[in-house]
Amino acid sequence: MSLVGVVGAGVMGSGVAQTFAQAGHEIVLIDNDPEALAKAVNAIELNARMSRMMGGPAVDHEAVLARITTGTDLGLLAEAHIVIENVTENWEIKKAVWAELEATCKAETIFVANTSAIPITKLASLTKRPAQVAGVHFMNPVPMKPAAELIKGYHTTPETIETVRDLLTSAGKRGIDVNDASGFVSNRVLMLTVNEAAYLVYEGVASAETVDDVFRSCFGHPMGPLETADLIGVDTILYSVEVLHEHFADSKYRPCPLLKQMTDAGLHGRKSGKGFYTY
Amino acid sequence: MSDTARAELRQFIVGKFPQIELADDQDIFALGFVNSLFAMELVMFIEKTFSIRIPNDELKLDNFRSVDAMSELIARQSVTA
Repeated sequence: MSLVGVVGAGVMGSGVAQTFAQAGHEIVLIDNDPEALAKAVNAIELNARMSRMMGGPAVDHEAVLARITTGTDLGLLAEAHIVIENVTENWEIKKAVWAELEATCKAETIFVANTSAIPITKLASLTKRPAQVAGVHFMNPVPMKPAAELIKGYHTTPETIETVRDLLTSAGKRGIDVNDASGFVSNRVLMLTVNEAAYLVYEGVASAETVDDVFRSCFGHPMGPLETADLIGVDTILYSVEVLHEHFADSKYRPCPLLKQMTDAGLHGRKSGKGFYTY
Repeated sequence: MSDTARAELRQFIVGKFPQIELADDQDIFALGFVNSLFAMELVMFIEKTFSIRIPNDELKLDNFRSVDAMSELIARQSVTA
């Protein structure tokens, strides 16, 4: 079993910590906000208890929590075998965190970026170990999803990819190999779909309920794009579309003004109690 | 199980889904638009409102299908508490 560092205790980070703790790994979960850590521990406990009801395995939540150490100091990750970074999808924030990780972790540590749109090669350029940097794009809710995109950066070695794949496999997840490009496969398509769905609401073509109804009733999707946006976080969607826009310099990725306004207004979706829907 | 508790459960569900007419024995998951995320909200609501901790082996969808099922679940916890 590995010592896995998880940086960022938001929705994704806490899901990642739970997933690998359930698989028996020792987890050190780091966030600069103690309140976020407390919330994450509560969420992990609730999600672990609810696992069977949500269609997953029965989980001993006390054993899971016992394997998770939390803290605000990245120095706790010095001895980690693998560090999975899940901080806010913002280049300046990631840059600062990656510089500190590079300075803190031992030379053998593998860095995994859980990013929805930032290229892995770009993140690897912040380190002196680009061969040991890979991307995993986990899907939310992390413990329930059977697969994740596994992304090879320009310098990533096959050994690094296989080590990360083994970690995923240990948690019952299949890594789907994808080459490095902003948004990879999933978010190149998904973020544009959500962005366009937001435009439909913004332009008054259809309400959020109607847009989602079309996807659920006509396409048979379990959730419509705007329910999905609320689940992922409207702010996260906006940051991801902005990253695509920046990387491709293509106006087809221009973010919908409604996403910006909702983000500014604190309508971030399920996690804030209100987004396209009220919770 | 008091009628007040039943009323609180009904109010919570109808508050989230104002379009439904809710009978106490109705299977809310069979309505189609109630998903498992709502089941999680129900667990949180019940634990907070009735100050109980539902044991893990009681956390199954069948216990949250209807107001009746939830009332019985709450009554069981109150007896064993």
